[in-house]
Amino acid sequence: MSDEKKSTAIDLKNLKAGGFIKERGKDLFTVRLRVPGGRLPVGRLKKIAEVAEKYGQGMVHLSVRQSVELININFKDFDAVVAELGEGTQKVASCGARVRVPTACGGCEYNPNGLVDTQKSALEVDEKLFGTPTGHHKFKVGFAGCPFDCPKSATNDVGFQGAIWPVLEQDDCIGCGLCAKSCTEGAIAMDDAKRPVFTGDNCLYCGDCVKVCPTEAWKTEKKGYTVRIGGKWGRRPLVGTLFAEFLPEDRVVDFITAVLDWYKEKAEGEGRIRLGDVIRAEGAAALLGHLRERFPGFVVDATIPPQAIATQIGKER
Amino acid sequence: MTTVDLRGVTCPTNFVKAKLALEMVDTGAVIEFLLDDGEPVKNVPRSLKAEGHKLLGLKETDGYYVLTLEKGEE
Repeated sequence: MSDEKKSTAIDLKNLKAGGFIKERGKDLFTVRLRVPGGRLPVGRLKKIAEVAEKYGQGMVHLSVRQSVELININFKDFDAVVAELGEGTQKVASCGARVRVPTACGGCEYNPNGLVDTQKSALEVDEKLFGTPTGHHKFKVGFAGCPFDCPKSATNDVGFQGAIWPVLEQDDCIGCGLCAKSCTEGAIAMDDAKRPVFTGDNCLYCGDCVKVCPTEAWKTEKKGYTVRIGGKWGRRPLVGTLFAEFLPEDRVVDFITAVLDWYKEKAEGEGRIRLGDVIRAEGAAALLGHLRERFPGFVVDATIPPQAIATQIGKER
Repeated sequence: MTTVDLRGVTCPTNFVKAKLALEMVDTGAVIEFLLDDGEPVKNVPRSLKAEGHKLLGLKETDGYYVLTLEKGEE
């Protein structure tokens, strides 16, 4: 009898780490699936639908971080659910103090605003860093293809936003003024001689000037990611702040790894603490220095710590 | 020259109407589009350029814009 009891005991901590989250109902769990960048081939979607119908009472939940969650799964069906999803095809995601499934916008293969390949970045981070234990708390990464920032990159522990820096080849310019008209930030104005004048301080790196220019006079001089670090949402939200600009797409995994190294070390002994709160305690300059050594030329000269949002006025601390 | 008045037509209907108008003329033909200020003048020229047409100029006239464009290859 006692042996039988042992065989059905569940380690809730391990289950949560594996993407199985306890629900209210007796014996019921939510199974979070791994959908990097929120993109799901139809074949996998069909398989998920089959499993949801068979074990989950015909319903799934779309999580706010682009994942599909099977709900109302009885713990006795875990093995069957994982097997039927096909472990190599549709994997189960993760919770707990580790690197989560990266989110990303639709990507720029078809989105005309996209400046970088966010889907590719999300898949690379998922492949190389997903599930890495942080030792302290959850760690979220998100990718936005342009400054419209639909994925709200600054609310991730490390948030990336596609960026380009334009340069004008004056000789190719026909003075049509489309660039000045397209620039909603006032970074380009036409002078009396009908030539575009660029004010870099106003530029948000959206690349609209390059996209609209009829003669390709506006060109891309630099392309990469704007990186904001230390963001989170939840009970005490923080907006991540600027740490790097025009970081090349192929340095993303290295960059996140360097941030993780700093976080693991500096949060030692602090318990369950998010990266943003560690930066606020240590000072932004400490992390800037750590990153500047490894990514010279991309890390900004100065920044401010992640900024608190007073969601409950008078309760900020 | 053909002039197509897209004033008062919201995005993306203005772009679709511009595309339909371009179907009626030959490659190389020059056509003018009248566009409202704001989103239309920001989006329509960019989208037409991405479809392979050549933007020739943009002129402001009494609160709206005249976009001159040469039709590209089909």
